[in-house]
Amino acid sequence: MTAAVSQSRPFVYLEPSPVVTQQPFLRVFVTPATLCAFGFAVAMIAVLQYSVRAYIPGSLEAGGFTLSNFVALLKPLYARVFLDTVWICFLTAFFTLIVGYPLAYALVFTPNVAIKSFVLVTVVTPLFLGEVVRTYSWIIVLGNNGFINSTLLKLGLIDSPVQFMFTKFGVVTALVHVTLPVMVIMLAAALSHIDRDYQKAAESLGAGPIRTFITVTLPLSAPGIVAGVTTAFAWTFSAFATPQLIGGGRVNMVSNLVYQLGFASFNFPFAAALCVAGLALTFITLWLFRWIARPLERMGPH
Amino acid sequence: MPRSAFQRLLRVIGISVVVVILGFLALPAVVVTLAAFNDKAILAFPPEQWSWRWFVKAVEYEDFRAGFRNGATVTLWASSTALVIGAAFAFAIDRYQFRFKRLIETILISPLVIPHFTVGLGFLILAAELGLARGFAVVIVCHIVLVLPFVLRSVYVSLRNLDPRYELAAASLGATPGRVLLTVTLPLLAPGLASGWLFAAILSFNEFTASLFVTSQRTQTLPVAMYNYVREYADPSMAALSVMYIVVTALLLTFANAFLGLGKVMNVERSH
Repeated sequence: MTAAVSQSRPFVYLEPSPVVTQQPFLRVFVTPATLCAFGFAVAMIAVLQYSVRAYIPGSLEAGGFTLSNFVALLKPLYARVFLDTVWICFLTAFFTLIVGYPLAYALVFTPNVAIKSFVLVTVVTPLFLGEVVRTYSWIIVLGNNGFINSTLLKLGLIDSPVQFMFTKFGVVTALVHVTLPVMVIMLAAALSHIDRDYQKAAESLGAGPIRTFITVTLPLSAPGIVAGVTTAFAWTFSAFATPQLIGGGRVNMVSNLVYQLGFASFNFPFAAALCVAGLALTFITLWLFRWIARPLERMGPH
Repeated sequence: MPRSAFQRLLRVIGISVVVVILGFLALPAVVVTLAAFNDKAILAFPPEQWSWRWFVKAVEYEDFRAGFRNGATVTLWASSTALVIGAAFAFAIDRYQFRFKRLIETILISPLVIPHFTVGLGFLILAAELGLARGFAVVIVCHIVLVLPFVLRSVYVSLRNLDPRYELAAASLGATPGRVLLTVTLPLLAPGLASGWLFAAILSFNEFTASLFVTSQRTQTLPVAMYNYVREYADPSMAALSVMYIVVTALLLTFANAFLGLGKVMNVERSH
């Protein structure tokens, strides 16, 4: 490892300080992290490598090189899961934005400190609960003798339970709940950095609250919207427990297929091909989205 | 400030929308609490008889106990190792120039955008290829990689906010680089290190998808044990465990908010 000395700091030649000019402990500081990065890179290369190997039924070993895994992805069965996954990710990102915006707005603009803390803790708590606890809670809410159905039955609004479990509606509802905290945090970060003077200027020029919001606040928060939607999309794509337990095999996402192939039939090569294709699909979708949203992002305050 | 009737109406609508959304956020937690205290094994709303027995059952269930022990082992090792590795590397990124700096940083940050099922599958294949048993080592390495981005970010932000003049002062007074690091830099970084570790520990303890791939029956962590329980049984002991989870997490966060200022950590405080 070379120890190239940073020449960019102007005070270096004025007073050579040992902290800046030398690089003490460089090797000790960098080696462990480099090993970690190496280990992770090798694991990802292993996935890449397996995706182009043949599957030998009944064996964990992979066969020779082949592209058949990727060809198999085009089968209607698998193509459908991919389309479903992208559609569920879109729906989730969209509804999370709609639900998250008012909350982020309230969080940033409420003058009351107690309300602010309450909203913040309510929003952030689910983030730290983990997917399993949250998904289990939604099963109790949405199940056939769950909270919503028992309440509706008791009130006499329905005669037989409404089927929420094993439907896209159920899966998306739970996923919106899972991604909401991140969305709110990202939107709130954008909203909190808007200069209050812009809104005051609009108001003093006679704009009503709705007009101020649509013409000033909303466009200025555009970078937060783009970041929030992008993150919600990526998070939903990697969700596993929610589609697995609430989808119950009837709503399948790429993650569920990877798990089934890996652990039910030990077809690691095909599972790896799904991972690679999924990653490519996420990156392409997000890149497209960013490309479409680029004019929006420029409206931001920075 | 004079308000028109229209503005008051808007305000009422806005507040009701926010209350409804907060209700949506809190609904699962409330319902799961009701279910946990229900005496019967079958769900009923509202419960006809209240009892603590599911809490007792959850605490005594051997798979949950083993999951908790395994999870605690993995979490302590993974988050502490990640803290040491991440803090050292964040320091190097901030201060030093070295070969492949950007490349190593990019690889270490990338678990943020790579789905956990892909990371889990990768380590599973790697362990199989190397002929490693599915023991704790694989799980811990996998968790270190997954929490490192958060530690890096947390320490890096505190390093950026650190005034370099303290270190220069110590150095100009003759302190060796090692002494500057131990007596000036590290103490000043303490809050960043603490929050980085806490964040890493919470994430590692709750990590599920990658753990499902890399753990075995012997090493399964608590979320994996809970997942297996939900798939096989329907009694409310899982609800009781969820309630304990929710209460502990909410308490930790309220505490963190009061002492650390969650708004600042999350970067959602208004800048004046």
